[in-house]
Amino acid sequence: MKSHRFVLFSILAIFLVSALIDLPPIPVKFHWGKINIDKRIGGYRLDFELFGKRIQNNLELRRGLDLQGGVHVVLNADMEKIPAGDRSTALESARRVIERRVNFYGVSEANIQTSRAGNDYRLIVELPGVTDVSQALSVIGQTAQLDFRELSISANEATSAAFRADDFSITGLTGADLTRAYASFDQSNGAPEVSLEFSPEGGRKFEEITKRNVGKPLAIFLDNVVLSSPRVDEPISGGKAVIRGQFTLDEVKALSIQLNAGALPVPVKVLEQRSIGATLGQSSVDKSIFAGAIGLFLVAVFMAFYYGRLGLLADVALLIYGLITLALYKLFGVVLTLPGVAGFILSMGMAVDANILIFERLREEIRLGRPLLAAIEMSFQRAWDSIRDANACTLIICFILFNPLNWSFLNSSGMVRGFALTLAVGVVISLFTGIVVSRNLIRLFYKGK
Amino acid sequence: MFDFIKFKYLFFFISLAYLIPGMIALGMWGLKPAIDFTGGAVLEVVFTGGKEKAGFAGGSSELKAFLFAKDIPVESVQSSGKNQYILRTKPMDDSRKNEITKIMSDQYGPITELRFETLGPTLGQETLVRAALAVVLGLLLIFIYIAYQFHDYVFGAAAIIATVHDGLVVLGSLSLLGHFFNVEVDVLFVTALLTTLSFSVHDTVVVYDRIRESVKHFPQASLETLVNKASNETLVRSLNNSLTVVFMLTALFLLGGPTIKWFSLTLLIGTITGTYSSVCTAAPLLVVWRDFIRKQLWKKKSGS
Repeated sequence: MKSHRFVLFSILAIFLVSALIDLPPIPVKFHWGKINIDKRIGGYRLDFELFGKRIQNNLELRRGLDLQGGVHVVLNADMEKIPAGDRSTALESARRVIERRVNFYGVSEANIQTSRAGNDYRLIVELPGVTDVSQALSVIGQTAQLDFRELSISANEATSAAFRADDFSITGLTGADLTRAYASFDQSNGAPEVSLEFSPEGGRKFEEITKRNVGKPLAIFLDNVVLSSPRVDEPISGGKAVIRGQFTLDEVKALSIQLNAGALPVPVKVLEQRSIGATLGQSSVDKSIFAGAIGLFLVAVFMAFYYGRLGLLADVALLIYGLITLALYKLFGVVLTLPGVAGFILSMGMAVDANILIFERLREEIRLGRPLLAAIEMSFQRAWDSIRDANACTLIICFILFNPLNWSFLNSSGMVRGFALTLAVGVVISLFTGIVVSRNLIRLFYKGK
Repeated sequence: MFDFIKFKYLFFFISLAYLIPGMIALGMWGLKPAIDFTGGAVLEVVFTGGKEKAGFAGGSSELKAFLFAKDIPVESVQSSGKNQYILRTKPMDDSRKNEITKIMSDQYGPITELRFETLGPTLGQETLVRAALAVVLGLLLIFIYIAYQFHDYVFGAAAIIATVHDGLVVLGSLSLLGHFFNVEVDVLFVTALLTTLSFSVHDTVVVYDRIRESVKHFPQASLETLVNKASNETLVRSLNNSLTVVFMLTALFLLGGPTIKWFSLTLLIGTITGTYSSVCTAAPLLVVWRDFIRKQLWKKKSGS
């Protein structure tokens, strides 16, 4: 019995914590005789240190472009060096690169469009709920064009120890020959560095270049700035290299993300940046929420009507489902768009599924003449198989759509990923509330009967 | 007990009667892509007369309502500064744009056009292809999972067929809706389709699970009897579960406003076909498939 009580307390704790997180700021004013209360409750923030790491979360529900607006950036692509026929393809691939970068940095539900006005090729990037405009710009705008350069012959004669950038000439080995870049540490002194792996073609080029430059420096340029110019001690085959420099770990990570995300095929310039308003008015949001409330009410009434007291308990579990889900959205900064809201409401309609399965099972067990308590335990056990298999299938779809391993042949669109994530979160929480929560509530209320 | 297997060919006929027109519509008219897929135009204007003078207090939503009333279907209106708005529309040429700015300035006073550009799609071809590929891969994994869990590849295959059936029903419906009611397919539709697929598999597995359980209890019974038994036993659960979802969606469809109206309808169609197909497609298909295999084996035996 003790473990039951522990589970009940945990459920109560989860319920309370979620409710606290969900609470919007409400001013409380209260006068009664001598008692005067004028306070603000709800709208809490997290701000504490854990293991020396500062954790901050203002627990705001992040709303998407349609509900809240965001940052609007217009980029102009410089097509001077691109042949006229290839320009729209170049623009489209620039769009994809930027989309990937934005997704890498965890901004979901971004809106990225190509745009043309006469001979101007532009990209419109809209990021919902982003407050740090300059950071957003640095993610989007950096061209991150990496290439390797060797000392040109004229400079070779200069004996100066310090070389200038234009002492180097282009070798033809660029970021395009990269297959992968990742953060690693220098074996000798533990300093952060970026490891590079080249494509077979790139590896061959690299070997050739190192062969003819033994004893000379080979410079690594990022956006025409020297990152580092290590001396080539011997020809390097096998297609692997490292970039060393005075980097912090964060810089190394940022650099490898940029290299992975690929270089922009065209240089872009920020044309303008500003905040924009929501596309949807408050009225359409209110309407959807009203409709959702009506629908939820119907579900709750249906459950209570059809399953009696058990149905009411399922409704309580459903309420807890809603609170936990909302709390998780706030904690992880899931960006909610109007369809996201609709999806959330829909998931509440589907979350009672586990309960329905169990209750139908319960009716059968009772029909077979089992005593109520035994029948309840039995029905939870029996229903588990089908609940497990059915939800496993949904999670498989979520996994593939979310593409957590970043397989390049699978989807990387923020929108589809957002959908997969919210669906998976919904499934897991509904399993928790539909099984653990309702089972314990039933045990609590049916004890001794 | 209702005899589902007896009516299996009727069920297959109903499916085909719905699927075939849908597929023909899809072939003939395709889907009506929304601005998300086609791209369009963006027009940014500033009302130099000032909002107070111009006389709309409701901001972007009022401007949108006004344009709709004038038969200009703008996709969205966003405020982008003081008295400044971004309008997104279907592709349009200069003369149409001048028309629109004139209509607006007639109502709200002088307007300066800040920019007018052609927009590319938000959801590119590549994203769609990759999402489709992900779905195919997902179905393949589900096939393996079900075949493994139920120790029979026929279960996996029938479940996938039922799921594809539901996907096609939704696609066909949208094509018909697009042709007759001008319903456009947008990003939301992709979401709705994915939800339908996962709902469908979910529902089918519940029925299958019941069959698996009955096999344990009645190893001697024929597959027909077991499938029938399972379909009947899970029927109330299936109906109740879809009812709760149908309640939600009907409320969203009727009251949710124009933005999510068609999204809700698509999901509604998906939910209904998903429930239908698990009992009336996936389960009878098991029996038909098994019979077919048995006959093939028998033919081989008698032939040799």
